Amino acid sequence: MTAAGRPAPAVVLERGRPATAEELRLRADWIRLQTVRLIDAAGLGHYSSTFSCAEILAVLYFRALRLSPGEPSWPDRDRFLLGKGHAAVGLWPVLAELGYFPAGWLDRFGRSGSPINDHPNMRTAPGIDFSSGSLGHNLSVAVGMGLAGRLQGRDYRTVVLTGDGELQEGQVWEAAMAASHHRLGNVVAVVDANGFSGGGPTSQAMNIEPIAARFHAFGWLTMEVDGHDVTALVDAFDELPAPASNTPVCVVARTRKGRGVAMMERSPQAWHLGLLSPAQRDEAIAEIEGRMR
Amino acid sequence: MEDVFSERRAARADRPAFLGRELLRLVEERDDVVVLSADMGAVVTELRERRPERYFELGIAETNTVSVAAGLAACGLIPYIVSMGPFGAIKCAEQLRADVAYTHLPVRFVARLSGLAMGFFGTTHHAVEDIAIARSIANLTVVAPSDEWSAVALLRSTVDHPGPVFFRVSEGAEGEVHPETPAIEPGRFLPVRPGSDATIIATGVAVAAALGAARLLEADGVGVEVLDAVYLKPLDEAAVLRSAASTGAILTVEEHSVVGGLGAAVAEVLGRHGVRARVRIHGLPDADLDVATPPVLRERYGLTAPAVAAKVRRLLAAG
Repeated sequence: MTAAGRPAPAVVLERGRPATAEELRLRADWIRLQTVRLIDAAGLGHYSSTFSCAEILAVLYFRALRLSPGEPSWPDRDRFLLGKGHAAVGLWPVLAELGYFPAGWLDRFGRSGSPINDHPNMRTAPGIDFSSGSLGHNLSVAVGMGLAGRLQGRDYRTVVLTGDGELQEGQVWEAAMAASHHRLGNVVAVVDANGFSGGGPTSQAMNIEPIAARFHAFGWLTMEVDGHDVTALVDAFDELPAPASNTPVCVVARTRKGRGVAMMERSPQAWHLGLLSPAQRDEAIAEIEGRMR
Repeated sequence: MEDVFSERRAARADRPAFLGRELLRLVEERDDVVVLSADMGAVVTELRERRPERYFELGIAETNTVSVAAGLAACGLIPYIVSMGPFGAIKCAEQLRADVAYTHLPVRFVARLSGLAMGFFGTTHHAVEDIAIARSIANLTVVAPSDEWSAVALLRSTVDHPGPVFFRVSEGAEGEVHPETPAIEPGRFLPVRPGSDATIIATGVAVAAALGAARLLEADGVGVEVLDAVYLKPLDEAAVLRSAASTGAILTVEEHSVVGGLGAAVAEVLGRHGVRARVRIHGLPDADLDVATPPVLRERYGLTAPAVAAKVRRLLAAG
């Protein structure tokens, strides 16, 4: 099997696309604004888990990943798996912006019959490389995609975004073992380490630290960055070893749950799942837009 | 006790050698077939030696193996997972549902040593709930060979099925059911023998017992139709309704719990269609099961020709 065959799509967004730090910061806040808008229309959604990974999504999708929005199933694209699927509300505006589907779809987020919902479904939404919703599965799926890339002679990467709470799932560590055993340098795990799971502080539920040391012990290369510092994220993704290398990479992104809206940073747990009142919504929008001016 | 794990020592009661042979054939014939196992690689020794690049060992980590297969399938490959019924299938129900079935991916899950095939090792090693689990998952096709011939036929006939397929392989039957590789039609039972007094619908190793029972009853002048439920999902509803109309007396036989298995599926069909028939469900009790070698357990739970024949007689006597 070879990578020969299907021609490259007309438009390929290559890795390392030029984007200034200011542009990426604005993108992250734009993701937050869109998240507020979509949840407001749907009546329920995951705010603070999405806010913690807004910079990560911005840097991946507007710089680091090799994408082909016009041909979402292009075999040589980088794969992105949203292990923490409850942050999908922040991914939908990004995919629409890049042209995976019409922006009008966003207005139906979470409605009956909508192709885009609280968790991503690869069967209904273009640009979703794999479904998620049950935590702990997607790193395993990434191992399968990494093995397929090796077998087919393709140089794509598979990037999985997990939460730190998600790392409590045992299957994650089965996958971590498998990725290093099979020498999959084309697999990258990004941990949105916001310190909270659904029920409270991650460390109180079940301590998962030290995350990087644990992945290192499982045979991974590890990096630890400020997950809200777009420059640090750009550097981390720019410095990833080539996909043909032999060691999977874990980027531990230290983040803050609810980042970017003060009331959520103060009580991140309260805004894991919820709905802002109209007054709260306006306050959150004003705060985010204030930074974007 | 048989070495139930190796293809090299497996030509006696337990015969998985066909599996290694067929998977190797598939890998040699096609460039999109890959094979995975969670420490069950002894079944495919030759394949591992000849085509190592197409074989992925995942260790004793069944749930990971299923999701890894899903990732491979999402990249255009057709992964065959060689696993064990009790650990592979039952432990991985959620991975099968979320990553394989909801996604409609062409993963083939071969649940070997299902039913009571590993009964010697303890109740942890029974797999008597797997049909119930598998057939309740949307999009999952569920098939169960009754002998080596039908196993090969099912493997070959489903390779291009666009969605996932669950193979329930309950090994260790005595005697063959089919004289040669049968022609498989998706969603259809295989007729094993005709009869007009009663119908036995059986699956897996129970088909051999059903066939033996039909022969015993024939000597008494009782004509028993035997249907091999190689497809458990989709179920051959037309065949069930036909038998309900023709013999009006249906005994289902399975090496599976009486809860949620073949018998339940047959009863559901009759219930959905509002059809009256005399029906008995013969399977393993919904209770703690004994631990012993498969022949002893089959004797204990009436999955033998004489025991099945007695069930048919009681069904007919009930009128």
